Amino acid sequence: MVPLSYYLLLSGFLFACGVAGFLIKRNIITIFMSIELMLNGVNLSFVAFAAHWHALAGQVFVFFVMVVAAAETAVGLAIIIAVYRTRETLNVDQVNLLKL
Amino acid sequence: MNPTLNLWLIPVLPLAGAAINGFLGKRSSRQAVTTVALVFSGTAFAMALWVAMRFSSISLPYQEFFAHWIRSGSFSVDFAFYLDQLSLVMLLVVTGVGFLIHVYSVGYMWDDPSYYRFFSYLNLFMFFMLTLILAGNYLQMFIGWEGVGLASYLLIGFWFTKDSAASAGKKAFIVNRIGDFGFMIALFLLIKHFGSLNFDQVFGAVTSLPTEAAGAGLLTAIGILLMVGACGKSAQIPLYIWLPDAMEGPTPVSALIHAATMVTAGVYLVSRSHLIFERAPTALTVVAIIGTLTAFFAATIGITQTDIKKVLAYSTVSQLGYMFMACGAGAFSAGIFHLMTHAFFKGLLFLAAGSVIHAVGGEQDMRKMGGLKSFIPWTFLTMGIATLAIAGIPPLAGFWSKDEILWKAYQASPVYWAVGVVTAFITSFYMFRLLYMTFFGDYRGAGVDAHSQGSQAHDADAHDVHGHGLPHESPMVMLVPLMILALLSLVGGLVGIGNRFEQFLAPVFGTGLGATEAVEGAGRSTELLLMGVSVSVALLGWWLAYLLYYKRPELPQKIADSLGGFYQTVVHKYYVDEIYAAVFVKPLIDGSTRILWQGVDRNIIDAAVNDAGDGARHVSDEVRHMQSGNIRSYAGWIAAGSAAVIGFMIWMWVKG
Amino acid sequence: MNFHLILFLAFGAVCVGGAINLLAQRHPINSALSLIAVMAALAGEYLLLGAEFVAAVQVIVYAGAIMVLFVFVIMLLNAGEEEETKGSRVAVLFGVPGMLIGGVLMAWVVLRQSGTEAVPIGALPGHPADIAQLLFHDFLLPFEVTSILILIAIMGAVVLASKPEPMAGKVH
Repeated sequence: MVPLSYYLLLSGFLFACGVAGFLIKRNIITIFMSIELMLNGVNLSFVAFAAHWHALAGQVFVFFVMVVAAAETAVGLAIIIAVYRTRETLNVDQVNLLKL
Repeated sequence: MNPTLNLWLIPVLPLAGAAINGFLGKRSSRQAVTTVALVFSGTAFAMALWVAMRFSSISLPYQEFFAHWIRSGSFSVDFAFYLDQLSLVMLLVVTGVGFLIHVYSVGYMWDDPSYYRFFSYLNLFMFFMLTLILAGNYLQMFIGWEGVGLASYLLIGFWFTKDSAASAGKKAFIVNRIGDFGFMIALFLLIKHFGSLNFDQVFGAVTSLPTEAAGAGLLTAIGILLMVGACGKSAQIPLYIWLPDAMEGPTPVSALIHAATMVTAGVYLVSRSHLIFERAPTALTVVAIIGTLTAFFAATIGITQTDIKKVLAYSTVSQLGYMFMACGAGAFSAGIFHLMTHAFFKGLLFLAAGSVIHAVGGEQDMRKMGGLKSFIPWTFLTMGIATLAIAGIPPLAGFWSKDEILWKAYQASPVYWAVGVVTAFITSFYMFRLLYMTFFGDYRGAGVDAHSQGSQAHDADAHDVHGHGLPHESPMVMLVPLMILALLSLVGGLVGIGNRFEQFLAPVFGTGLGATEAVEGAGRSTELLLMGVSVSVALLGWWLAYLLYYKRPELPQKIADSLGGFYQTVVHKYYVDEIYAAVFVKPLIDGSTRILWQGVDRNIIDAAVNDAGDGARHVSDEVRHMQSGNIRSYAGWIAAGSAAVIGFMIWMWVKG
Repeated sequence: MNFHLILFLAFGAVCVGGAINLLAQRHPINSALSLIAVMAALAGEYLLLGAEFVAAVQVIVYAGAIMVLFVFVIMLLNAGEEEETKGSRVAVLFGVPGMLIGGVLMAWVVLRQSGTEAVPIGALPGHPADIAQLLFHDFLLPFEVTSILILIAIMGAVVLASKPEPMAGKVH
């Protein structure tokens, strides 16, 4: 028997790693992957709660999260390609024209 | 109850005239403006006469309620009119002399481009003065008081494009204001202690109070404060300085406001409040001393002045001193009597002086006049009558009133009488000096252009005389008022014979201090003796003026030279204006500049606003670095912020 | 120490290791492969909780499609090792501590609330039939909306990533 809190702690840890990756990494693709990591952590949380409360809707929601993640990945990578074409760099610190 | 007299019409009619002329006069013809002005002021005079005729059938004092004004708890003040013998005398003087001066001004101001404005202001003045006289409470009187100050300012600075005239107007208003401050404090004291400003309530409460001992006391304070106000309005020491400067205004203004009516408002105030003064002997003494000193002081300055209007101005200050001396001696009716006769002969003197100035084309310096009696005989005749009157030669008006004052002053204290007699001598001297310098001897002026007679009448400082013309007489419209006033100066004093005037005013003033009956018998011979003394000093002054300015005209210069520095001081009016400027005006201006303007306004108020703006700019300068375009810093802020929110929510959850 | 716990810990270790490796690697391809490992381990976790359909979808869609897309893009753009640029101070100074604090707080709340309530193995069987029942009855509208979402995403990706037309004077 695994306590629920273990699942939640694991989920939280994955989320925290995702945030940390977003903050630390400089390559934009890696930052994107950190976002995916965050989403995965959240998915685990959903499924754990669904099991705890016997609500199948939790698993259905995971399904929707995955759909959104897929769409977001597609568009995001397309944007990255477009930016790479103009800026010749994948370093997010050099894409800062929107500054004051 | 009486049928109503509609007293309110008397002030309101000139107000209507002022409004019509003020708003419509610019586009109206001179004739229309003249008609409006004369009709409205003339009707006011006619109404005053009508009231006088019905006087015996009214029960006095007659009070007429006009409109509600202030109702505040237990304190109430309304627009109300009050008529008794005192206000009737003032009413007739103001409307009568005022109307005559209106007529005179038609001729004097005919060529002035702002003709309509003059009559509008003149009617406005009449409105305020009549409000002052007919007021039934101190507050309404104060309205009139301030209003005549305003009219005086407007009229003194009538030719406002001239710097000296504008400054003179300002000076008059500001110095008046200082006196008004005293008046206001007196009003506050009245409200606090009597709960009302209505005459009947205040006086009714005062009569039940005992006479105060010398020194402090409520009534003494009120009396002295009212006197401060009167000093400002009636140009007594120390607030007389505005009156000589006020001669910058047109001569009819000097005649009306600064001789006959406005400056007498202070005397009226003191007389009206006689019940208060009679119970505060210290205040009465203050009044008497100020009046006596002013009379003497101003007369000494009058000897040395060379501008014809300035001589008359100082003469006015001196004669007002006489009136206050009378009031201070407890002889209020004598003061009012002199007020009436003074209105006649001083008004006449000023109007005649205006006629002289008009004749010589704008010149006001007497040293450039002379020998005018052949050119302007009617002016000479009327002015001569006025001079005899002011000098106190019997049986003209001035003799009766001045003698009454001196007699009552003697009963109060021989010191007052002595100073008064010396002043009478000086008065006679400088008035005849004026007469001789102006009308006798050879004509010392440069002549006047016969074709431009009217154009210089209003430019009082003009020395431009083109060509060689001779002084000419004024038109009839200016001469007729002179003649009427001369007639009044001749016979106007006769009402005082046998104490008739005093008895007429007796219901107002009672029998006064030092009642006449007590000294009936033994005093009669003393009275005649004193009368003789005052007549002889008047004649002495006349003879001295005759000697110095007719027979031996080189003497005055020698005397002046031998007196040297003292003479110079007197010519410069004892440097009073300069002293005031150094002691009061300069520190005020400096303090205001350095402390209030540079210190407070610039460094505190402006700096606060400017620094607020600068501060906002500095803050935003720092904050703008947040928008760096760098995604990672945005993410960092989001993480930190969300941590804060989560922490807050957990804390709320834990607390609850 | 039961079997459930051992399996949980095993898969959990892979997740944790993969996540840390994602942060530690400098080359993005290594990070991508670590992420695939994480996802696979997560699929195992889902199975432990009984969500078989979700586990399958995780492997097929997430690990099999999305991560493959990532790998394709990395290879397409020839992404190299990360350079050391100065970056943002704020991110490190404020962001990381913020995240740590947030994480600690959440952990504290979780532990306080949940404690030792146990979730049995295979607690909620997620048969495809049951999920389909929910999906096509109660969640039909979101389901249809997501299809539109995917359509839009396809169009957007095609537009964004297509080569710009050669025009005179255009620099890229």
